[in-house]
Amino acid sequence: MKVRAQIGMVLNLDKCIGCHTCSVTCKNVWTSRSGVEYAWFNNVETKPGVGYPKEWENQDKWKGGWSRKANGKIEPKQGARWRILANIFGNPYLPEIDDYYEPFTFDYDHLQKAPEGKAMPTARPRSLITGQRMEKINWGPNWEEILGTEFDKRKKDYNFKDIEKEMYGQFENTFMMYLPRLCEHCLNPTCVASCPSGSIYKREEDGIVLVDQDKCRGWRMCISGCPYKKIYYNWKSGKAEKCTFCYPRIENGEPTVCSETCVGRIRYLGVVLYDADRIEEAASVPDEGDLYQSQCDIFLDPHDPEVIAQARKDGIPDNWIDGAQNSPVYKMAIDWKVAFPLHPEYRTLPMVWYIPPLSPVQAAAAEGKIATTKDGIMPDINDMRIPVKYLANLLTAGKEDPIRLALKRMLTMREYMRSKLVLGKPKLELLDEAGLTTDLVEDMYKIMAIANYEDRYVIPTGHREETLDAFGESGGCGFSFGNGCSSHSNSTVDLFDSPKQSRGRSGSTADNRVNTIFEREKYEVTVRIEAEKDKSGCGGGGCGCK
Amino acid sequence: MILTLDYFLFQIFPYIAVSFFVFGSILRFDRDPYSWRTKSSQLLRRKQLILGSILFHLGILVILLGHAVGLLTPIAVFDAMGISHATKQMMAIIFGGLAGVFCLIGLCMLLHRRLFDPRIRVNSSFADIAILVLILAQLLLGLFSISVSMQHLDGHEMVKFMDWAQHIATFRGGAYGYIVDVALVFKLHITLGLFILLVFPFTRLVHALSVPLGYITRPYQIVRKRAS
Repeated sequence: MKVRAQIGMVLNLDKCIGCHTCSVTCKNVWTSRSGVEYAWFNNVETKPGVGYPKEWENQDKWKGGWSRKANGKIEPKQGARWRILANIFGNPYLPEIDDYYEPFTFDYDHLQKAPEGKAMPTARPRSLITGQRMEKINWGPNWEEILGTEFDKRKKDYNFKDIEKEMYGQFENTFMMYLPRLCEHCLNPTCVASCPSGSIYKREEDGIVLVDQDKCRGWRMCISGCPYKKIYYNWKSGKAEKCTFCYPRIENGEPTVCSETCVGRIRYLGVVLYDADRIEEAASVPDEGDLYQSQCDIFLDPHDPEVIAQARKDGIPDNWIDGAQNSPVYKMAIDWKVAFPLHPEYRTLPMVWYIPPLSPVQAAAAEGKIATTKDGIMPDINDMRIPVKYLANLLTAGKEDPIRLALKRMLTMREYMRSKLVLGKPKLELLDEAGLTTDLVEDMYKIMAIANYEDRYVIPTGHREETLDAFGESGGCGFSFGNGCSSHSNSTVDLFDSPKQSRGRSGSTADNRVNTIFEREKYEVTVRIEAEKDKSGCGGGGCGCK
Repeated sequence: MILTLDYFLFQIFPYIAVSFFVFGSILRFDRDPYSWRTKSSQLLRRKQLILGSILFHLGILVILLGHAVGLLTPIAVFDAMGISHATKQMMAIIFGGLAGVFCLIGLCMLLHRRLFDPRIRVNSSFADIAILVLILAQLLLGLFSISVSMQHLDGHEMVKFMDWAQHIATFRGGAYGYIVDVALVFKLHITLGLFILLVFPFTRLVHALSVPLGYITRPYQIVRKRAS
């Protein structure tokens, strides 16, 4: 047994309102730069839908994740090492930027600078790649927001596997849910395994998966390796970039930006201890349906004295063991069994887990629109608006029983607390059927329903002091792009054609701004030409033509 | 006067070019590792990239390998193996010519894409375009030189280049003397080749030095402890 610690995340989809605050705050912090303006380290999709990038879940197309060979070993689905190297000159499984969307901005300046005319000036779209006019934007981030586009397109959603999907295209039967997505910081990441230069790595201390920007050569195999398509190619710098799990914040014991700013309080962060020696074993089980269970099996009970002793031996600090014992993530995944990994069939052992959404059922059940259980109170899980099979395809590789149990426990919690707080007579008989106790259900209520800040985020601080000579750091150059203090901040001479970065520079420069105006000079030339045209054509008012 | 120019180009310039290549690359790798990358533009436009890139890379790798083996293997080795000079030259012409044609087709696709696809053009630096043009010129010179070689198939001209390259590689004087009287196209080809070596560290070509061979033996997963 080798005990390792990981900061995991759970998202309670039952409470997600799809407001995109997580996506926007993440983008403002991490990807508001040219080259990654199309990249959303965190995005929120409306399901069912093909998602971002299009059809990311279709691994017959993108070849992400692992596949199990006849001899029981696993290898990246896009091929073992030789295959990956053979594809290095042209990666057949790499999405094109249009599979995400062509990033755009609008000519906002035109609203202020347009000459007087008969019609209101408009801000027309402009490509952020070429700087040229885009006549029509036909795809964008979250294009399928709240069931946008037609069902014929959205029904390509992989999670409709083994479901008679046509009926869900009808208005009466339609359903939707939100799915916020970010890097899963997997225990068995395929991006790491696919990187020819060995630049991607998992941190031993907290399990965060990062790209070493200095070692990345831009071979772009990680992008096809990741089945969640959560590694992005920065087309300006030529490097892979990904969600960093806001590691500078995590090290300080603070939640990630997406979690901190979540207005629905749906996100939970906490430590999970696991047995690193059994990762490969857990990822290689023959039946895909067993992967959820096999991942649970390598999580270690932080209250077990044997585990604690081994954890100390393996160098896990005491505050991390404490963190693991109070971890909301461990409780949800193991104690309550309400949280599940996203697409365990990819064999990556993902560490961002999801609580499945209850459909809006209570009112419908009360009105007798859907079936209820024999006591007439609990809505029947099999008759809910979102098909259990759909959730199972998303979260448990198609196994419905674990999903049913989780939904049942959540419904029981609601019903029990309602009977206790509203009716004043707790219905204890409900608990047995869902395998819960009063202590468990009260704890579930406190953490899942009340969701206080300190219950949602149990993040032990990192131990920088063990590896960092803080005294030597004094007077250092602070945050840099791996170039030490000699970044190009003071010099305009650039012998090596280095990728430019806007951050750390004072003020914004024309070639680095993402928003509002793309390459000011180019833009101004266009505006001038357009203004000239207006003058010569005498279209606007007040030109004084004879 | 022409002799002096020959002396500079084929006796002194090789050392200047190779020095730039070696020390420039080391300096860049050490000082600016963030800039060391392939600069792939496949994400922006897949069209023409996959086929063009595969043809170009395979072609140029065969050509480079051929040049290295052909020029730097001591003549005695070929003699010992019983390969006559004429045979060796014929092999060079056939393999080099074939690889050259593949490379040329790929390169033209890549250059066309770089110049005429707006997404790629606007995101190309001067060096990105210039290096493609330089390689194209070098490739055309190389292919054109085949027609000159066809006029003397006994291999004695080829031996001159081997002698020159091996004298340069072993720091012996008088190397330039072997090739003062060869056809102009060869001289241009050598000069441009050396120039490409000289500008190598300042272009995206540096990714050629990062062939990820270590990947073959590496375990799939990498776990790093925080550096101390």
